[in-house]
Amino acid sequence: MATVLQVTDFSVDYRTSRGEVRALDSVNLKVEEKEFIALVGESGCGKTTLGLATIGLLPPKVARIRGGIISYKGTDLTKLSPNAARKYRGSEIAMIFQEPLTSLNPLKRIGEQIGEAIVLRHQKEDPKGNEKIPRIPGRTWKLPPHVREQAERMLALVRIPDPDHIINRYPFELSGGMRQRAMIAMALSQQPELLIADEPTTALDVTTQAQVLKLMKEIKDKLGTTIMLVTHDLAVASQVADRVVVMYAGQIVEDAEVHALFSSPKHPYTQGLLSCIPTGNREGKQLTPIKGTIPDLTVRRDWCRFHPRCPAAMDVCARKEPLLKELEKDHRVACFLYGE
Amino acid sequence: MANEILRTVDLRKHFKSTRGMNPLARAKERVIRAVDGVSISIASGQTLAVVGESGCGKTTLARTLALLTPLTSGEIYFDGQRIDDGKAGDKEVYRKLQMVFQDPDSSLDPMMKVGDIVAEPLRGLTAMKGVEVRNAALESLIAVGLSGDFVERFPDQLSGGQKQRVAIARAISTRPRLLILDEPTSALDASVQAQILNLLVELQRKFSLSYMLITHNIAVAAYLSDAMAVMYAGNVVEYGPTSEVLRKPRHPYTVALMKSAPTPDPWNRTLLQIEIAGEVPSAIDPPSGCKFNPRCPFAEAICTIDVPELSKIAEGHTAACHFLQKTA
Repeated sequence: MATVLQVTDFSVDYRTSRGEVRALDSVNLKVEEKEFIALVGESGCGKTTLGLATIGLLPPKVARIRGGIISYKGTDLTKLSPNAARKYRGSEIAMIFQEPLTSLNPLKRIGEQIGEAIVLRHQKEDPKGNEKIPRIPGRTWKLPPHVREQAERMLALVRIPDPDHIINRYPFELSGGMRQRAMIAMALSQQPELLIADEPTTALDVTTQAQVLKLMKEIKDKLGTTIMLVTHDLAVASQVADRVVVMYAGQIVEDAEVHALFSSPKHPYTQGLLSCIPTGNREGKQLTPIKGTIPDLTVRRDWCRFHPRCPAAMDVCARKEPLLKELEKDHRVACFLYGE
Repeated sequence: MANEILRTVDLRKHFKSTRGMNPLARAKERVIRAVDGVSISIASGQTLAVVGESGCGKTTLARTLALLTPLTSGEIYFDGQRIDDGKAGDKEVYRKLQMVFQDPDSSLDPMMKVGDIVAEPLRGLTAMKGVEVRNAALESLIAVGLSGDFVERFPDQLSGGQKQRVAIARAISTRPRLLILDEPTSALDASVQAQILNLLVELQRKFSLSYMLITHNIAVAAYLSDAMAVMYAGNVVEYGPTSEVLRKPRHPYTVALMKSAPTPDPWNRTLLQIEIAGEVPSAIDPPSGCKFNPRCPFAEAICTIDVPELSKIAEGHTAACHFLQKTA
C-alpha cells in the first residue's frame, strides 16, 4: 500500500491574547492509500488543526508552523507557495466541515457551486481550454450541458433523490442532511485522493448521521478515496473507521487498528474515554469519568500532558515526555506504562 | 396511580405560523403541530426519557409541562393536582418543578454571580430571607460538587461542566420534586458528560427526585431512565420500560433510531445497516396517515390513510404502528 500522507514531527502554535498556545506538538502520523482513518479527541486536542494544516487552511495570522513536515505523496505541503498549494487543495485533498450551511455559498444554487468545482477540475486537466460557467449578470446561470450532466451524476452518487430538481435549489432550501451530501458531492467532484471530514455529522440528527456516515464508507469502497474523519465521538469512529488515532492536548497518544483499539486500549486516556461512554443502565455500573480538565496549553511542558489526570501516573511521567512507539503491529502508544 | 408525579392526557401544543414575506401566503394561517396528542406519566422517583430527533416536539413538550408556554389542549396533572388550568398557583408549581436547559451559556445570566444565580429561585419562589437563602444556595452548590468559593464567580470564569453544575444547583435549590432535563449533557465533552451523568444519578437518590430527560442520545437515555417514550413528528410512537424498548424495539422508527445510535463496538456496526432514508418531515405539512410512512421500510397503502393508535405489546409497552407483527 502506498502512503498518501506522512506527518513528521509537526508542530503548530496559535498566537492568542494569553500567549502562544501549542496546538499541535510533534505529531507523527502516516495515512495509507484507501484507508478510513478517524482522528478522535475532546475539544482543544488539535484534531481540527491537523486537518486544516493538511489542506493548508490554517488561519494565516494566528497560526504558525513551528516545525515538521506534512508530506503528501512525497511533496512537503508546508513548504509550498500559495499558488502551488492551490494545485493540491480541492483536486488532491478536499475537506468538508461541520456546518454545511456556513460553508456553502447562500447566494448560489447547488448546481452552480458543484459546477464550479467541476469546471475547475477541467481547467486543471486542460489548462489551454477556456471552459467557464457563462453568467448573465443579475439574472440566471447556465451550466454547459456536459458539466450539468456531471453535476447531476455527483448528486446521484451521494444519493440525493431527484438531482435534476435539486440542482436548481439554494442551500437554505435543503435539509441539513441534504446540504452535507451536497458538500460531499462538491468535495468529490474534483476527484480528490484524500477527503478530510471535520465533524461532518455533528450538526445532524442520529438517523441522518448514520446515512451520511454510511455514504462516506460507500464512497471509500467505491472510489478508493482515502478518508480522514475528525470526530469527538469514539463510538462513531468505531462504527466506520479502519484505524483510530486518539489525540490529547496537541499530541497523538494512541494510534491503532480499530478492533485492536477497542479490544485492548492501551493509553489510560483512551481507556478513560471509553469508560465515559454510557452503556447499559445506571443500576448496573457507575461511569468512571476522567478527573480534572485539559491542561493549559500556553505553558510549554516536557512531561506527559495527561499525567495530572491519569490514574496510573508514575514518577517518570512528571519528568519526561513519552514518545509514540510501536507496541504491536498497527498499534502505537505514547505512555511509560509500556516501558521508557 | 398514587405514586405518580406527573401525568398528561392528550396534550397538544400547536403554533400558528404567520411568517413569510408573501402577503398572500401570510393570509393563510398555517398550524405547526409541535406536540400532537401526548399522554405520558412519570412515576415518583423515576426517570422518563423522551427521545427523538430535532423537530419531534420533545423540547416543546418539556416547555409545556413546565408551564413556560400555554398548551393548546389537554390536561397536565402534577403531584395529584391539575396545573394547566391556572388554578394551582404557578409559583407553587415552579417551586416543585424545575428545568435544566441544554446550553448553560445561554441559561445562566452572564452578569450575575453564581451565588445569586442559585439563590434567585429561592428569593422568588420561597419565603426564605437573608441568611436562610444564602445557606440554602450554598447547600445546593455543595450538593452538585462545587465549593463555596464559587459563590463570588461569574459564569464566564467557569468551565462548561461547572456551568452545567451551577444550572443544576439552581434547579434543585428549591428542593423540587421533578426536574425536567432538556439535553443536559449534549453541549459537553465525553469525560465531562460522564461526570454530570453520575451527578444526576447521585442527586436523584439523595433528594428522591423524579426526572424527565429530554435527549436525542440513546446511550444517555438508556443509562439514566426507567421508562422511555420515543417521539416522532409530535407524537409518541413507542412507549414502555427502557429495558424492554431497548431490547425489543417494535416501531420501525425506534428500530432505526437504535441502529443509528453509535455504540463503541467495531464488531457490531449497526450504524452501517441502517435502512431508512430521508429526514424528519416538516411539522407544518406532515404526511397523511402515519407520519413515518414515507421513510418506513414496511409501509403499505393503509399507512398513508390511517393514523395508527398506540397499541399494547406487553405490560406497559405500547407502539403505534399498523404492522407491529413485522418487527416482532
